[in-house]
Amino acid sequence: MAGAALFGRRVMWRIGTVVALRDETPTARTITLEVSDWPGHVPGQHVDVRVTAPDGYSAVRSYSIASAPNSNGRIELTVERLPNGEVSPYLTQEVVAGDRFELRGPIGGWFVWRTEQTEPVQLIAGGSGIVPLMAMIRSHVSARNKSQFRLLYSVREPEAIFYRDELGALSKDKYSVGVTYAYTRTTPKDWPRPPGRIDATLIANSTWPSVLAPTCYVCGPTSFVESATSLLSASGIDRDKIRTERFGSTGERK
Amino acid sequence: MTSLTSNYLDGNAAAGELSRIFAMDLTAAEGQCANCGARKRFADAHVYMQSPGVVARCAVCQHVLLRIVSVRHRVFLDLRGMTYLNLDTTDLQPSVFARPDS
Repeated sequence: MAGAALFGRRVMWRIGTVVALRDETPTARTITLEVSDWPGHVPGQHVDVRVTAPDGYSAVRSYSIASAPNSNGRIELTVERLPNGEVSPYLTQEVVAGDRFELRGPIGGWFVWRTEQTEPVQLIAGGSGIVPLMAMIRSHVSARNKSQFRLLYSVREPEAIFYRDELGALSKDKYSVGVTYAYTRTTPKDWPRPPGRIDATLIANSTWPSVLAPTCYVCGPTSFVESATSLLSASGIDRDKIRTERFGSTGERK
Repeated sequence: MTSLTSNYLDGNAAAGELSRIFAMDLTAAEGQCANCGARKRFADAHVYMQSPGVVARCAVCQHVLLRIVSVRHRVFLDLRGMTYLNLDTTDLQPSVFARPDS
């Protein structure tokens, strides 16, 4: 359609070429892609990835962008491998530098954080839900944005933390991001809180109080997002200040 | 009313499919449910993607807002569950043919 081409942000399929691979955990890998004519993105957006087998069978999955916007036409995706996944085992185990696949994006204009925002920001991640929130943290840091950022990150066990060293370094600077980990299955030695899901006490002790009117971004599996959102609402946060993004129970959005 | 199942995603997950049809991002658009009248961002809708197509339901009353089914070279779009969509156009670049004050 000729008319649609006049819009600057028209979403379209592009070719991404793998230029680097980095393991984040035993089951998650960050893939750096060089994308032809990449128009740039806003932190929080995702892409659809289409992989096509030699017999023509193709599958599409959505993955959040982990990297901050930059000018070099590269994006990073962090993909968690799922035992019965159709696409994630390929992306985390078989892909090598130089491989190419199709990308549609950037997608989404609501679950995004823009550097013009100045209000306090509360990020809440469940498992691989950290990925789009990491793009927001990286963008906030590189833009020297004045917002106060806090992250509450729920993971099964210490080994499951994505970007652990980077988050550790950033959390030492109070202007970057304050990080609280919540472990659901296994904690580090001498950890003060026993393993368990996020609860009202943790919300009260580690997130911005509602009087500061933070904008909240919650990302993770559907059940995690529902419970975190209810806890935030119960703590007095206006529902309109909570933005959510849900992953399927399989973690692999179709 | 509680959700039909907990196996839903949200409007963000449907955004790639919707980008095939709409030039603008729908996740940030506010839509009104034709059943209960709730006005919410499309990103907040409950989206079911296990079916042959995509079904978006109102997060408040579970009424069907939108259905998309793709079959070969055709797309079927059913929007009767929404009274209206309210979209922000500030991010759109004006047409190169547009006059400054038109």
